[in-house]
Amino acid sequence: MTTILAVLEQRDGALRKGAAELIAAARQLADAQGGTVDALVFGAGAVSGTDALGAAGADRLLAATHADFAHYCPDGIVATVAGIAAGYRAIVTAATATGKDLAPRIAAAIGAPCGMDVTAVSLSGEAIRVVRPVYAGKAIQTLELTGTPVIAVRPAAYPPISAGKTAEAVAVTVPPFTRRLTVTGIAAPEQATIDVTEARVVVSGGRGLGEADKFALLEELAAAFEGDAAVGASRAVVDAGWIGHGAQVGQTGKTVAPELYFAIGISGAIQHLAGMRTARTIVAINRDKDAPIFKVADYGIVGDLFEVVPVLTAAVKAARG
Amino acid sequence: MKIAVLIRRVPDTTAKIVVGSSGTTIDPTGIKFVANPYDEYAIEAAITLTADGGEAVAVAFGPDVVQETLRTALAMGVHRAVHLQGEPAADGLANARVLAEHLRDGGYDLILCGKLAVDDYNQQTGPMLGELLGLPCATSITSLEIADGTAKVMREVEGGTEAAECALPAVLSCDKGLNTPRLPGLKGIMGAKKKPLEVVPVSTGPVLATVVSLAMPPERPAGRIVGEGPDAVAALIEALTSEAKVL
Ligand SMILES: Cc1cc2nc3c(=O)[nH]c(=O)nc-3n(C[C@H](O)[C@H](O)[C@H](O)COP(=O)(O)OP(=O)(O)OC[C@H]3O[C@@H](n4cnc5c(N)ncnc54)[C@H](O)[C@@H]3O)c2cc1C
Ligand SMILES: Nc1ncnc2c1ncn2[C@@H]1O[C@H](COP(=O)(O)O)[C@@H](O)[C@H]1O
Repeated sequence: MTTILAVLEQRDGALRKGAAELIAAARQLADAQGGTVDALVFGAGAVSGTDALGAAGADRLLAATHADFAHYCPDGIVATVAGIAAGYRAIVTAATATGKDLAPRIAAAIGAPCGMDVTAVSLSGEAIRVVRPVYAGKAIQTLELTGTPVIAVRPAAYPPISAGKTAEAVAVTVPPFTRRLTVTGIAAPEQATIDVTEARVVVSGGRGLGEADKFALLEELAAAFEGDAAVGASRAVVDAGWIGHGAQVGQTGKTVAPELYFAIGISGAIQHLAGMRTARTIVAINRDKDAPIFKVADYGIVGDLFEVVPVLTAAVKAARG
Repeated sequence: MKIAVLIRRVPDTTAKIVVGSSGTTIDPTGIKFVANPYDEYAIEAAITLTADGGEAVAVAFGPDVVQETLRTALAMGVHRAVHLQGEPAADGLANARVLAEHLRDGGYDLILCGKLAVDDYNQQTGPMLGELLGLPCATSITSLEIADGTAKVMREVEGGTEAAECALPAVLSCDKGLNTPRLPGLKGIMGAKKKPLEVVPVSTGPVLATVVSLAMPPERPAGRIVGEGPDAVAALIEALTSEAKVL
């Protein structure tokens, strides 16, 4: 009973980013009990990227194959996981849009508690303890979960490990299920950009930009990071229609934890901080030296963003050579 | 169409959070409580969908104070309210079971809730209800079209927008972008007092999740202003390269 099940996410036949981090979280929980890690992958056929899971720390690779799994199919996934859940100590998913949709369904199906958006997980006797931000990150809750808890682990909470294993491949039976929800497709945003939740660097802009067109300045700064960076925004500018909802960082937007976060022309309202305060390094550029964003920023520049950002973009390009 | 809208009473998002003496809950002193912001999208959708007939019913599980929040929903325009009177647990599933028990035989075509509650950040009530009631469920929807007993929805996922559809009855959790919630007008506020609010005592079954502690987040180490204007860029690049090592 010390096996941990990691339910992985795929899209278009390829494993999503974050699988190795999730295996790392599962591995740590398994190792605390001398247990093993099973990685479960759903696909309409073979899923690419799974051959690296052993190296990331999985002991076994369980593959569930079904025509309906070409797209996300929560009903089929829940039926499959519920069918094998009895053998596990805990089930983990990534706290992504899909993982957060899935974890509570699995929990309800197997009558287990669900720990959502978890940043740390540990054993506590027979129970499992999870640590998670609540109240928009204004407080940190430690929850004790009994039974076979389903835990959605925040992306980037656990760094990937290198275990040098080869995962044994096992086919899993997909039981008959009723497909109540049908995902018909995913429309990519107009420009193929990386998502703010997945980017190593996030360059966010706020009302200080003055108008929609000025986001071009931030796109140039992001471009200087050569595919590592995404452009984010405060709610004020999303509501003003300067940029799409997908870019909004904060309490009613996305929670991001990149290595580097730029807050440019953003005042630092509590609801914005809720979405980015766990970034590793925060840089603020604001012409108001008393702006609250400077309280959470590691490095600040007081000045007019229209003067500072172009110089910064050139300097980042130069520094990255 | 008969629609249930689930409403949770939460601290206003600007509230300063202080841990109470129990060490497991917040100190509610001085906090203004409101309807969960995401529930406002659900309320707006329910009112719009029942504008030409049908019924929108607001349902809240909690202590007596949730009646205040239900009145807000009534003032916005839902037709009646149900107060499931009891103490919710820290276990989302225990709470979802209470809600499911009440909703099961309600004859609802649609059950709408918020994407997440800004207090517990659980984000689990909707999908759990879908499972418990055996109904289709889509979470965090940013658009909704209903025609011929089918709901078509969109939801944001990393790097794209997912389109999905399901038959009614269904459970949908609502995200920002779905609509623009109306503000209750004076007439609505006056009218809300006369709308029916039914009280049903309930209790939770087994609880498998308990709060061990609630604590303040670690403070970020104090940062520094590296300088003013474009001249400060060099110092910033230096700090990002050699101190933070992120370039
Ligand atoms: C329920 C609720 C949920 C919310 N959720 C979110 C959320 O998810 N995300 C979010 O961001 N907000 C959210 N908000 C809104 C939040 O309260 C703030 O209104 C918003 O974050 C402010 O955006 P801003 O910083 O871009 O604008 P402002 O507060 O107007 O700040 C603009 C800043 O730009 C600076 N500036 C102006 N010109 C220049 C210049 N030329 N150069 C440099 N600096 C300049 C100014 O000094 C100022 O600090 C929410 C609010 C509520 C009530
Ligand atoms: N006690 C409750 N009573 C009524 N609805 C609730 C309750 N708790 C949660 N909900 C609904 O479920 C949504 C998600 O809450 P949560 O799963 O707690 O994040 C909320 O936005 C409400 O619509």
